[in-house]
Amino acid sequence: MGWFDKLTRPRRDVPSDLWKKCTRCGEVLLIKDLAKNLYLCSKCDQHLRMPLWDRIALLSDDNSFVEVNREIRSVDPLKFVDSKSYGERLKESIAKTDVNEAVTTGRASIEGQPFMLGVMNFEFMGGSMGSVVGEKLTRILEVGADEKLPVIIVSASGGARMQEGIYSLMQMAKTSAAIKKLNRASVPYISIMTDPTTGGVSASFASLGDVNIAEPGALIGFAGPRVIEQTIRQKLPEGFQRAEFLLEHGMIDCVVHRRVLKSTLARILRYLNA
Amino acid sequence: MPKEFEFEKSIIELEARISELQVISESGKVDLSREIQAITEKVEALKIEVYGSLEPWQIAQVARHINRPSTLDLIKIICGDEFVELHGDRLFGDDSAIVSGLGRMGNHKVMIIGHQKGHDTEENIYRNFGMPHPEGYRKALRMMRTAERFGLPIVIFIDTPGAFPGIGAEERGQSDAIARNLAEMSDIGVPILCFVTGEGGSGGALAIGIGDRVFMFEFSVYSVISAEGCAAILWNDPSKAKEAANALKLRASNLLEAGIIDGILPEPLGGSHRNHQRAAEEIVKQIEAHLPILKKMTREELIENRYKKFRSMGRFSCEEELENA
Repeated sequence: MGWFDKLTRPRRDVPSDLWKKCTRCGEVLLIKDLAKNLYLCSKCDQHLRMPLWDRIALLSDDNSFVEVNREIRSVDPLKFVDSKSYGERLKESIAKTDVNEAVTTGRASIEGQPFMLGVMNFEFMGGSMGSVVGEKLTRILEVGADEKLPVIIVSASGGARMQEGIYSLMQMAKTSAAIKKLNRASVPYISIMTDPTTGGVSASFASLGDVNIAEPGALIGFAGPRVIEQTIRQKLPEGFQRAEFLLEHGMIDCVVHRRVLKSTLARILRYLNA
Repeated sequence: MPKEFEFEKSIIELEARISELQVISESGKVDLSREIQAITEKVEALKIEVYGSLEPWQIAQVARHINRPSTLDLIKIICGDEFVELHGDRLFGDDSAIVSGLGRMGNHKVMIIGHQKGHDTEENIYRNFGMPHPEGYRKALRMMRTAERFGLPIVIFIDTPGAFPGIGAEERGQSDAIARNLAEMSDIGVPILCFVTGEGGSGGALAIGIGDRVFMFEFSVYSVISAEGCAAILWNDPSKAKEAANALKLRASNLLEAGIIDGILPEPLGGSHRNHQRAAEEIVKQIEAHLPILKKMTREELIENRYKKFRSMGRFSCEEELENA
């Protein structure tokens, strides 16, 4: 290809506002078509990342979602600065995503059954878990235990938020203990792992569902593949840490296609919910 | 891992000089006691100067000193021959990076669980450098449930770079094992005392770290990520570990201030690797101070208090946004 072709061909490797490239087959997809098709690749059916509000619409009955604890916001307890200050990073993420934090929580119903919903947003600092993510999830889990409402959490996260240091680590303890409370109250908790679910999120609430569900092809694991490769100094096998790999190793209950995710959740809740 | 650090080189040189002089002095040919006395005073002053003002990054190095007292070192000093080691998770195998068993600490019969590192390369390879696989965490949980059944308090020593990142660990559910422990430890009906003796490395540390009381040694660290890991991710440059160690606020004093831990155990000048006995004494002191109080609580009180303790951890604001630039 000559320099002229480079200039005139559409630059398909750079997703613009209108295009998105499939992460598996490389097909270039129109965003407006993607939104209509549940963010599935029309060519290879890859489950691409679904925006927050599309996800909430997918899993809850029409107009049933009522957000709670929207006002809880991150502070900067460590006065953390890397190439930018944490405060600046938060501001940018809020501007970019139009939400205050990496998780949005609320009350909703699914095929008529009321439940508490938490949906993580990978666009907000990689879906990382700091104090606010831990607090908001703990609150819906506690409401679930008190009011006997099932809880569904959709994870999408690279793990703990380093900028909050030890506070972010402790959110793993806090959310996991709240799930134990829910267990004791015999209220169902369903964890949905989407691409990616790793680190401290994978090693806490995301793995603790009465039923653990993953989306096809989602990357799920404790350590990121790059860290593992650097540690053991060998290439990782094909499909390692993908949803199907976890199913094979007994770590999740099922891999569910996005088109039938809502109906599957509703059916499971009808069985588990007293 | 060097046995001495750059910042303590001059101290170690002077200490070596003292030993030499002592040998000469003892041979009886010359009396060097005044010279020895002078150098000793100099060394003590230097120790206070150097060890009294360690940077976070230097403390992170002391925390992983190869001669730091390990779980089995502490057990040996505190329990002697009475300790009975118990192995295995009853599911897959026995992880040598976590040890556990029954022993007596002070006036109390307890279940002891801890990460185990080695003091040399060979031992470290056997112990996987104190980095557990899922079976290690599952063994720990099995021991906790056994302790609960027999009303034994649990004493935990934390000292790990982190849970092992490897193929087998992922296949056998590292995430599940850690998450399960976090949930189940909030539901254990006997007292749990945790001591961070060296490195408190992220989720791999926390997975046996849900205690009614959590203590850190003065020169131990506890962090969501290692300084090197943080530097590699945020600065894309592992050599920025020094800056990362500062930013992460991973020292015992930081964690006490943040309300994450309940107390700091003092170390001798230079660190516990210079005096294992002293570290063991500090641990027993805390056990004697706290276990009698915790033993009086009911199962429900313990579980409720432990829940509240970890429930309160985190910093955020709840106000509606007013500012808008």
